[in-house]
Amino acid sequence: MNRREALSTVALILGGTIVGANAFLEGCTPADKKTTPEAGGAITFSNDDIAYLDEIAETIIPATSTPGAKAAKVGTFMTVMVKDCYTDDDQKTFMNGMKQINEESKKKFNKTFMEADAKQRTELLTELDKQTRQSMANEKPGDPKPYFRLMKELTLLGYFTSEVGATQALRYVAVPGRYEGCIPYKKGDKAWATA
Amino acid sequence: MPQDTLHTNNKAAAQNTYDAIVIGSGISGGWAAKELTEKGLKTLMLERGRPFEHVKDYVSASKNPWEFEHRGRATQEQKHKRPIISRPWAMYGTAANEPIMDYWANEEDCPYVEVKPFTWWRSYQMGGRSILWGRQSYRLSDFDFEANAKDGIAVDWPIRYKEIAPWYDYVEKFAGISGSRNGLQHLPDGNYLPPMDLNCVEKDVAARINSQFKNRHMIIGRTANLTAEIPNRTKCQFRNRCWEGCPFGGYFSTQSSTLPAAEKTGRLTVRPYSIVTKIIYDKDSKKAKGVEVLDAETNKTYEYYSKIVFVNASALNSAWVLMNSATDIWPEGLGSSSGELGHNVMDHHYMLGAQGVVEGYEDKYYYGRRANGFYITRFANLYGDKRNFLRGYGYQGGASRQGWSRDVAELSIGADFKEALTEPGGWTIGATGFGEILPYHENKISLDKNKKDKWGLPVLAMDAELKQNELEMRKDIVKELVAMFEAAGVKQITTWDDKNYAIGQGIHEMGTARMGKDPKTSVLNKWNQVWDAKNVFLTDGAFMTSAACQNPSLTYMAMTARAADYAVNELKKGTL
Repeated sequence: MNRREALSTVALILGGTIVGANAFLEGCTPADKKTTPEAGGAITFSNDDIAYLDEIAETIIPATSTPGAKAAKVGTFMTVMVKDCYTDDDQKTFMNGMKQINEESKKKFNKTFMEADAKQRTELLTELDKQTRQSMANEKPGDPKPYFRLMKELTLLGYFTSEVGATQALRYVAVPGRYEGCIPYKKGDKAWATA
Repeated sequence: MPQDTLHTNNKAAAQNTYDAIVIGSGISGGWAAKELTEKGLKTLMLERGRPFEHVKDYVSASKNPWEFEHRGRATQEQKHKRPIISRPWAMYGTAANEPIMDYWANEEDCPYVEVKPFTWWRSYQMGGRSILWGRQSYRLSDFDFEANAKDGIAVDWPIRYKEIAPWYDYVEKFAGISGSRNGLQHLPDGNYLPPMDLNCVEKDVAARINSQFKNRHMIIGRTANLTAEIPNRTKCQFRNRCWEGCPFGGYFSTQSSTLPAAEKTGRLTVRPYSIVTKIIYDKDSKKAKGVEVLDAETNKTYEYYSKIVFVNASALNSAWVLMNSATDIWPEGLGSSSGELGHNVMDHHYMLGAQGVVEGYEDKYYYGRRANGFYITRFANLYGDKRNFLRGYGYQGGASRQGWSRDVAELSIGADFKEALTEPGGWTIGATGFGEILPYHENKISLDKNKKDKWGLPVLAMDAELKQNELEMRKDIVKELVAMFEAAGVKQITTWDDKNYAIGQGIHEMGTARMGKDPKTSVLNKWNQVWDAKNVFLTDGAFMTSAACQNPSLTYMAMTARAADYAVNELKKGTL
């Protein structure tokens, strides 16, 4: 198994410490590749880009009985992460992915992603997610991450660690004060926001 | 006028004179300062890095997750400043992340040489790694203290368990260690606060392992987090963010524990930005007179004098200080007469383990974030067990329900996917091994005089590697964990053994100034005194004669308290 898999299903352990089970989603961990600190300055996102990313994120995590990704400002969050935390390669993949989604949308619906309606957007991203899963199933170590994987990861990270995500979609307790190792759980109870 | 000059010098010398000097402010340095000041000694504690004040400087510790711009992930800029600890494999424990990246040493200012790969995790600030440590606190036993003698490896430890046991009692009581008493001869019980809970899955897995394997014990970790109030401290609040510094003082650190105790005596002086460049050795008395300090901010040099010196700069840096001292007498430095200074570098195996899925328990959950896990105690080469390698290992791990970052294969995006992720997923369990690495004379650090740090000081060159015994043990660690998980009903087990693991990555550096019975083969005697300068005591990980497989910090605490007690008694008797 590669490192990503090794980390993706178990809490990390450091010197006996279980370090946040959610800490592995690799929005910001490096691929084993060269990066340049200056790279962050080289890419920019416009307000239109942010609005577009917001809609991609909202399609992945829509408003339901709780607010969605747009309300959590996930579009802006994605741009910060891509600029500050991504390697050069992942930045390129992400930027190309932004173009790619629009092209796929035009091909499929003859509309840009922003012009497409919610149903069409969902259809398109569901399809992309499926393709991404297939390509990741055959992934070799060192292969670049598919762009939709990056977007989905950033959406989940951005949403579930946001204030609305952590406190409304999930349960957040800043200072638990105690530990109980075995309490009842009933279907429908929300998961803890932090591990 | 000569007389004036003399007068001024005397005055300056008097101002710079203490009963004791402690080099370093981490776990062992903090203990040295506490013990020495409480026993009446006017003490100077030198820290090479910045001040770092309890609570006030834990700037991130009370922020909510969404208040971190990068939600805890290190930025490329942070990684470029600290490329060594940002190596992809080094980031295993997320020890290098957004809030705490600046707690680690500046790698540009403080380079070192890797003759062989060596990831060195240094924290140059008040409290050292006592802020960042993993807090697991286990006693060594006579299986450990007798191991070298029995195996004919390296040299024998000069002490046995009964000599250190009362000091374990003493430091556990003050530090506040929570844990269960399990009656295991190889992992002696201590003076514990109430144990934390194993969760439902861990309890059942433990019961299955304990019943199906002879001499295997899965217990709750013994950790320096408070599960009951002790004086001047607040209980652990189960936030699981210890490494950011605890605003509650819920775990043992210099800042939460030993420093306030030392300050309370009125006899402690702390000097930050103080790089000790050498111990000043007086060849007539064959003792140290004090230390030379380079001020890291002003580049000025100062001398401080004392009756005794405690060296607690961390295992590798303590050796560095000795290597730079008394070189006119011993070219390889103070304590090098045995030829062992800087040799026998050890660490613990790490970055290997297994994980899997535990079915069921869907109606069970937990409350709170436990900064602790389970511990599977050593069984290899104990009680008649025989392996194709020497010594043993333990495992640390935990079981938990998956969170929002799990993959939900059948739901790709959208409302149902989102709703599914708002509930906890299934249970997984995982553990990592911590194994003993033998002391090898040829695993060493030395001064590289061609490369200098920011202050023009020579840097360390690391030359240590795993050998056959270690490689065999690594295979066994993974194999036996799989066997236990399988027996306990864990499914979909996957394993890892990261080939990038190298000595240093366990962050348990040890052995570079080992204790022994004979000055010809060891650097320190049984009281942690440097054989070549009896008023110099070294009580950090450098003294370890063998590594055992237990997390070592508790042993440094106990040995420091013991050495300080001895030193003060000897001072009183006039023999130091």
